[in-house]
Amino acid sequence: MRLNELPRGMEAIIDRVEEAGQPDPVAGRLRELGFVPDEPVCVVATAPMGGDPIAVRIGFTRFALRRDEAARVIVHVDKAPLDQTPS
Amino acid sequence: MNVMTPPRTLRIALVGNPNCGKTALFNLLTGSRQKVANYAGATVERKEGRLTTPHGHELRVLDLPGAYSLVATSPDEAVTRDICAGTYRGEPVPDLLVCVADATNLRLHLRFVLEMRQLGRPMMLAVNMIDAARRKGVEIDLPRLRAELGMPVVATVGIRRDGAADLLAQLDAPLPPPPPPLPADADLHAIVRRILGDCVTRAHPLSTGLEERLDRWVLHPVWGPLILTVLLFVMFQAVFAWAQPLMDGIDAGMGWLGEAVGRLLPDGVLRSLLVTGVIAGAGSVVTFLPQILILFLWILVLEESGYLPRAAFLLDPLMSVAGLSGRSFIPLLSSFACAVPGIMATRTIQNPRDRLVTIMIAPLMTCSARLPVYTLLIGAFVPHRAVGGFLNLQGLVLFGLYAAGILTALIVARVMRRGGRGQEAALLMELPAYRLPNPRDLLLGLTERARIFLVRVGTTIVSLTVLLWALSSFPAPPPGATGPAIDWSLAGRIGHLMLPIFAPLGFNWQICVALIPGLAAREVAVGALATVYAIGDAGADADQAAMLGQLLPTHWSVATALSLLAWYVYAPQCVATLAVIRRETASWRTVGITAGYLFALAYVAAFLTYHLALLF
Repeated sequence: MRLNELPRGMEAIIDRVEEAGQPDPVAGRLRELGFVPDEPVCVVATAPMGGDPIAVRIGFTRFALRRDEAARVIVHVDKAPLDQTPS
Repeated sequence: MNVMTPPRTLRIALVGNPNCGKTALFNLLTGSRQKVANYAGATVERKEGRLTTPHGHELRVLDLPGAYSLVATSPDEAVTRDICAGTYRGEPVPDLLVCVADATNLRLHLRFVLEMRQLGRPMMLAVNMIDAARRKGVEIDLPRLRAELGMPVVATVGIRRDGAADLLAQLDAPLPPPPPPLPADADLHAIVRRILGDCVTRAHPLSTGLEERLDRWVLHPVWGPLILTVLLFVMFQAVFAWAQPLMDGIDAGMGWLGEAVGRLLPDGVLRSLLVTGVIAGAGSVVTFLPQILILFLWILVLEESGYLPRAAFLLDPLMSVAGLSGRSFIPLLSSFACAVPGIMATRTIQNPRDRLVTIMIAPLMTCSARLPVYTLLIGAFVPHRAVGGFLNLQGLVLFGLYAAGILTALIVARVMRRGGRGQEAALLMELPAYRLPNPRDLLLGLTERARIFLVRVGTTIVSLTVLLWALSSFPAPPPGATGPAIDWSLAGRIGHLMLPIFAPLGFNWQICVALIPGLAAREVAVGALATVYAIGDAGADADQAAMLGQLLPTHWSVATALSLLAWYVYAPQCVATLAVIRRETASWRTVGITAGYLFALAYVAAFLTYHLALLF
């Protein structure tokens, strides 16, 4: 799953950040900001009018990013939160 | 006592992630008053100051723009990269790098510290905002951190008077040796994680509760935009309603001063110069100080609270329609105060084309210098009437003028972006922790603003209005001439010469005259009008001259006033803005295109407004 597909409020674990083209400064910057394997990440908000961009929490920091930026981040959901059924 | 005496003034640089409090520390260390704000990118160029340590050593301190990494992606980050690498022109490598990290966000900030460590230069770490971390139940084992990082580590609180005591004590010690380098292929994130595990203990696992709860409302797809609209709307109403009593006070004071000076001095050139030139001219601009301060108070509170990046998040879809990213939002919002810092703030925008478009539309944001002109005209021509029960018609018109600027900017951006598609507009912006604005910072920011405004009035505006007074007073009419004396003056003749160009907009020759000094700075036009009418109205006393608002409706039609308002939404009448565009883009062509399209818009908008208004 990609970070842009992650439902709001669900916690996921980052697998890796993919490059979109070469070189890809956005992917590099994402890694520097802490989007690295095994890090938990959560979508905390989606913007009005179509839900792009999204706001994510990673560690103690929140970032706003557009969906095509978030699409570079591959994640998996470890276990579903109690109030939601696994997809 | 036996401290090593440095052979020359040591140079230290504050470096670190954006929004970790470098500038607050810098101000604390050097007694400077640089602008601090709660968003990434408040500092976009290097700032220099001096400090004397407790042992009496003189140090030069550099405050560098925040960077997430030495692999710079925007012009402000490139400054930091180049200075740290020693490739910045005219700026040798600092003797000591003082890394600053936010104690509440070490996970992100320590990575950059480790990246800096690889430079192999003498460095130390200041763990800033240690008070906020303790409040959140985060305890940091500083001696252990020192051992892990191989460099001196001190705790600081940038917003407390004695918050840099440990840092100052460390600066008195001999320069530390460069920390031992890490292996070139080290996984910095993994090392950070291990160090944090060893050195940081938390009372509770994840205490971002406040941010979480507030953001649920502030970033909500429906409530978020609603909150933003209410905030902006209350801001404009406040600028109008709250400032009025204070403005009336200053107005009355100026009227009294003019009268007193008029009574003291004999009738003659000096009295005319002081009463109609200086007091009526510059005094009519000073009246607007309360409004400008209220506007800045709002902007400062928004900046300090951490709300601005959230507003940028909410408005990103709108910016995206215009082909820009939410990153352009903060520079554009700064432009509501003044386009000059706004245009400089575009250095945080990575995409060069986005940056250029943002620079070119920044003058469309209604800056505080336009406020005197708007309020004067709205106050004089728009009735003070309640609309829909609680809104005020004057506030609504002001809101409309701001909205006209914003809408035009979006359309212009859309048109300019048409050529350069394909490049994606990046956002990737940190949403900082909420912070209660510090009253001391607010007060500092406001006094600084008041100072800048009054200095401008005292220098540029006084000299321009005096010049205009001279042009309007001389040459004196020949003996026996009829009609107002100003018709014979140089200014009167220039005004009449310009009239054919501006008559289609409904401007009279007095407006034309006021537009000339108004080219240097917009608010000068108010003083200029006051002077022209004060001289033109033979026998007008200073009391009347200060009451320009009551004078204008007897000379202008409503259509003329609306047309002038429309002109002011667009006309790039600010030398400082054009100069900063030239400096930031290094291109006269960009300056020419910007000024050209803005003047064209101003002319067309004023023409249409005038003729539409005549129909009613």
